[in-house]
Amino acid sequence: MKRFLLRRLLWFFLTLLAVITVAFALMRGVRGGPFDGERPLPPAIEKNLRARYHLDWPLWKQYLQYTGPLNLDEHGPQWLGGDGTRPLGGVLTGDLGPSFRYRDFSVNDILAQSLPISMQLGALALCLALLIGVPAGIASALARGGGFDALLRVSTSLGIAVPGFVLGSVLLYLFSLRHPLLPVAGYGTWRHWVLPTLALAAPFAAYAARLTRAGVLETIALDHVRTARAKGLPESLVIRRHVLRGALLPLLAWLGPAAAGILTGSLVIERIFAIPGTGTHFVNSALNRDYTLAMGVTIVYTTLVYAFNLLVDLASAAIDPRIRLEESA
Amino acid sequence: MSTRSLWRWPRPSQTDEAELLARAARAQGTSLFAMARRRIWRDIPARIALLGLSVLALLALLAPLLPLASPISLDLARGASAPVAPWSADWRGLWNEQYTGEHWQYGRVDQALHELRIELFGKRQLAPLLGTDSKGRDLLARTVFGSRTSLSAALLAALTSLLIGVGWGAVAGFVGGRLDNLMMRFVDLLYSLPFVFLVIFLVTIVAEYRSELEAGLGLDRESVFFIVLGCFYWLTMARIVRAQVLSLRTREFVTAARSLGASDTRILLTHIVPNTLPVVLVYLCLTVPSVMLFEAFLSFLGLGVEPPRVSWGLLAAEGAEALTPLSLDVWLILVPSLCIALTLLAMNVIGDSIRDALDPRMVNKE
Repeated sequence: MKRFLLRRLLWFFLTLLAVITVAFALMRGVRGGPFDGERPLPPAIEKNLRARYHLDWPLWKQYLQYTGPLNLDEHGPQWLGGDGTRPLGGVLTGDLGPSFRYRDFSVNDILAQSLPISMQLGALALCLALLIGVPAGIASALARGGGFDALLRVSTSLGIAVPGFVLGSVLLYLFSLRHPLLPVAGYGTWRHWVLPTLALAAPFAAYAARLTRAGVLETIALDHVRTARAKGLPESLVIRRHVLRGALLPLLAWLGPAAAGILTGSLVIERIFAIPGTGTHFVNSALNRDYTLAMGVTIVYTTLVYAFNLLVDLASAAIDPRIRLEESA
Repeated sequence: MSTRSLWRWPRPSQTDEAELLARAARAQGTSLFAMARRRIWRDIPARIALLGLSVLALLALLAPLLPLASPISLDLARGASAPVAPWSADWRGLWNEQYTGEHWQYGRVDQALHELRIELFGKRQLAPLLGTDSKGRDLLARTVFGSRTSLSAALLAALTSLLIGVGWGAVAGFVGGRLDNLMMRFVDLLYSLPFVFLVIFLVTIVAEYRSELEAGLGLDRESVFFIVLGCFYWLTMARIVRAQVLSLRTREFVTAARSLGASDTRILLTHIVPNTLPVVLVYLCLTVPSVMLFEAFLSFLGLGVEPPRVSWGLLAAEGAEALTPLSLDVWLILVPSLCIALTLLAMNVIGDSIRDALDPRMVNKE
């Protein structure tokens, strides 16, 4: 167990380091700087800006400053010639640096504002997807070949094939513009959350339903279920106690990728419904060449996805005695 | 069978032998592929999907030849107009003579097609059957031309992912040992990244180098963009191919080839990789729609295809922007969205059908 966690942590750091290094190299290799605008800046101002963001340093020093953990500028530790007021800094200490575009904000400030909103949206959507998908999948597996099953097959195919932005726009048209039941955009009250959550959850609900259906069908044919039935257990108990536990394992394994997918999907949903979440900031940063912000979001999301995958692995091992952590590491 | 033929069985006469040979020649080889083809064709939804996609591909390929309006010529005075309703259509009004001939830089083939179109139809063009957007551009033409971008994006990216994935997986599986471990760890590493964010990041950076790429490699920005997409879709392919190669490399025909003195490269290229093709094909059919969706997604966010080019994702994004409380031009989003959804649905149906058809567990379950 401890070895498993340590190994995971090691891999995580390696991954993060690789991401930072590659992104950093690409970022600094790009010819167009973040301050290129419609008009060229006066040289004095540009020089100051470059100094402010340490772009005038040699590359290796910029890289070390970005990754940390030591702060290399004039406030760094005394043995490096700084005044010692802020000895640590960089990504490894949780400091993602200043934003290139939002001059008065650090990437951390922006994330602190926007991440809770995105997390709330994502969590709501994931819960909704499971609440719809799992019961629907079970019901259709139990009524295999029936009308409900066929209906579910069609609707899950549609749910997977219709892109999120289409669904979002259509929902917006139907329930906000054509019939003004819900607010068009923004966030605040629960009424604002309804449409974005639905639009974000739909494809994942469809996928969850498919996985559940397949899992139930596979488990229900196993010997232990036949034994349970032969003992004379009522069917509902057989399903609840003997089928579901095995059937939901693939679903659990899917939660990791699903979480990553929901973060991705929220890029579009946040844009359609004008929700000021991290996704909106990320897209803007990519369009504005705000490289530090884009990289900060990537790093934070990588961490989130990694943590979620780890939790999922631990949970799978707890539920299924056949899974051993050391092997899956 | 009569007793006479039974009696004659051990020593067939000349005529019988000829007949047997003829029958053997007529016999259909029941290879996995032939069987799969028959099974797919019997699957009605898959057949419909296949026909629909073929029509779409033909339309996309021949777009400059069709008597469509120009996809980029503006008509600001006209502005947004609704699609022509079939029940109120004045069928003679469906043609007009206002073709402007505006288009973006065509390649040589497209240029030839376009000249042929002018030869054939002159200034005649189809009236905007699907309506126009707020700048008066014909939505039908834009949708047809958008299908070119969306389909070629899907194909190019899928091809890239095919090359990288098969190469990576085959080498890892065939060489094995430490190299295999290292290569697959790398795949695991990439798997655990929220790769969409990386792609977006990379695409914006690659966009900075587009003039160099155009000059150096002769690729336009779109192609580069699609290839970058493909570079991120090979992971699952690599895993699948590796698993397949691992099980293939201990098979008798590989040992036979080796005992005949075939080199490793030869064994890999002529004996192992072709045998992974069925699985690869199935996965490719599932990659193409997801790449297409991703292209639409990026274009929707404004990070993909750039105007004046069009793609379905870009059209959908423009349609979404046109939805305001003041103007409900809902067809502008419905048309491209329906195109995307139907195409994806068709590809998924075909992919599922091929998977079922090639699934060896299904062989005797007709």
